[in-house]
Amino acid sequence: MTKSELIAYLAEQNPHLYQRDVERIVTTIFDEIAAALARGDRVELRGFGAFSVKHRESRTGRNPRTGEAVQVAAKRVPYFKTGKQLREMINS
Amino acid sequence: MAGETITRQQLSEAVYQEVGLSRNESADLLELVLEKISQTLANGDSVKISSFGSFTIRNKGQRIGRNPKTGEEVPILPRRVLVFRPSQVLKARIGGAGPGELD
Repeated sequence: MTKSELIAYLAEQNPHLYQRDVERIVTTIFDEIAAALARGDRVELRGFGAFSVKHRESRTGRNPRTGEAVQVAAKRVPYFKTGKQLREMINS
Repeated sequence: MAGETITRQQLSEAVYQEVGLSRNESADLLELVLEKISQTLANGDSVKISSFGSFTIRNKGQRIGRNPKTGEEVPILPRRVLVFRPSQVLKARIGGAGPGELD
């Protein structure tokens, strides 16, 4: 399922809403999550899962093609941990 | 960096501010989004949200694990796990790491 398929489904379930509003709803949700992570906040959606940011230290990596050592800078990466209820749904 | 925890409440408030539906309806729509994504994943299908990331299901085969306390060998049954892969856009927004870095 893509974002546009999700929007189409929501529009179909909510015929009283304009398609453009449904688009804004979906965009707002994911944009708020991204903004929270960019601030270093965590987003916890009980039953679904939690988005957080993990810190990766700088390290010496290697160019796999040339074998040359390169310095990889420290960075922050987004992380998602599946919620209990969703994990059970996936395995049932 | 003292991170705060954002919950459904702040997300549906953002929808309320942005779109001008009632607070109740905003909360219901957020719930519907999460439910639809969950159901899709439970069916074994993946969910791709452009410029955010994709959620995919990975099948794990059976393997032998070990109880770390007793050292006893126990089989870990085959199961399905959910993997979230952030998009380049989301990674760049959070980590500031440019494209093309080793990963």
